[in-house]
Amino acid sequence: MPRISVTVDGITYEEDVEPRLLLVHLLRDRLGRTGTPIGCDTSNCGACTVMLDGKSAKSCSVLAVQADGCEVVTIEGLGTAGSMHPMQRAFHEEHALQCGYCTPGMVMAAIDLLRDDPDPSEDAIRQGLEGNLCRCTGYCNIVRAVRRGAQEMGQAVSTQ
Amino acid sequence: MIPAQFEYVRPDSLAEASQVLAEDEDAKVLAGGQSLLPLLRLRLAYPSKLVDVGRLAELRGVHDRGDHVYIGALTTHDEVMRSEAVNDGCPLVALATAHVADRAIRHRGTFGGSLAHADPAGDLPAVVLALDGVFVARSAGGEREIPAAEFFVDYLENALDAGEILAGVRIPKLGPGWGFHYEKFHRTAQAWAIVGVAAAVRRSNGSIAEARIGLTNMGSTPVRAHAAEAALQGAELGDQVRRACEEAAADTEPPADLHGRPDYRRHLARVLTHRAVRAATGTP
Repeated sequence: MPRISVTVDGITYEEDVEPRLLLVHLLRDRLGRTGTPIGCDTSNCGACTVMLDGKSAKSCSVLAVQADGCEVVTIEGLGTAGSMHPMQRAFHEEHALQCGYCTPGMVMAAIDLLRDDPDPSEDAIRQGLEGNLCRCTGYCNIVRAVRRGAQEMGQAVSTQ
Repeated sequence: MIPAQFEYVRPDSLAEASQVLAEDEDAKVLAGGQSLLPLLRLRLAYPSKLVDVGRLAELRGVHDRGDHVYIGALTTHDEVMRSEAVNDGCPLVALATAHVADRAIRHRGTFGGSLAHADPAGDLPAVVLALDGVFVARSAGGEREIPAAEFFVDYLENALDAGEILAGVRIPKLGPGWGFHYEKFHRTAQAWAIVGVAAAVRRSNGSIAEARIGLTNMGSTPVRAHAAEAALQGAELGDQVRRACEEAAADTEPPADLHGRPDYRRHLARVLTHRAVRAATGTP
């Protein structure tokens, strides 16, 4: 069984993994990161989106062995209950969730989008989040939250 | 679903990868995994072994080589879209790549992987076919060039032999005067094309001097719309172009599935070809 080393939310783990183990199963079942949900079996929904070496990836579509030597950030690595990431806070304040199942992936995808476009238009957000589905169809508030989160992250950067 | 069991090897060189593939006909190449992993999860594929070439630097990168752009098979869609050499030398590839799946998948999915997957519904096969790309395959026996017209053999089947790995693709540069467009028709964002049209068109004053049209999802492989290409040659912009595009579905055998019947796809091919040609020529 291959042994891999993977850093998740700042902690490095050495794990023996079956080759067929998906990254999302490693995160959830072995490392306890149940904040990353599994929404579909088709790569469509984006609920399991994490950052893999700094770029968004659908963790259901990555084998754990492919993440050997990589750095993963999950929704749980962004902030804590007392100190949320600005994008998490924006989702909270704009009521950008109904059932909440898509939210971790939406937040990760939104943060990833801002790497290219720190102040995205509504259209750019809708295009940029095309890989993430909200089956409650709460997209209007999600778009508002991403706009707000982007502004707050921009301010956070400029005041540093 | 959890994929069925397989062995996993991560060779240190292309030669080693090629050897493993040559020895086991049920082994599959794993690059970005964005086409393969969904198949494994749905248990539509049962490879004995995955040969992970994902870290072979020799397969990665874009190179401007004068008369063509060489795109390494392992270059991600994201890298292709951002590549200056691609945007300058073969902008149609960059345009169409922006339509592939979604941002997260484009971070990991590779140019060569989606071509070797040979899904006629994929966006890139029709583009490379329209641009007369040349596939470069490597094996223990050396290097072999495969023209795009011969690379796509059947549904999910390419012309690579056992032990051959797609190293990269040469995309010939088209000279000045060419315009490009990729027109994709799909039901929802990030979905596969029901039909797609890749158009490269050279204008000469008020008419079309030359056109190349590749069709996505109009058969078991990507196909060229040869009849429309011939009809477009010399057509004046406007009504003549519209009539020429009526030939777009000639000699095609599009699939029937829950998104549409063959006759509906033929209708789409005609309409979308007209849209693509108008966009490529910058005419309303």
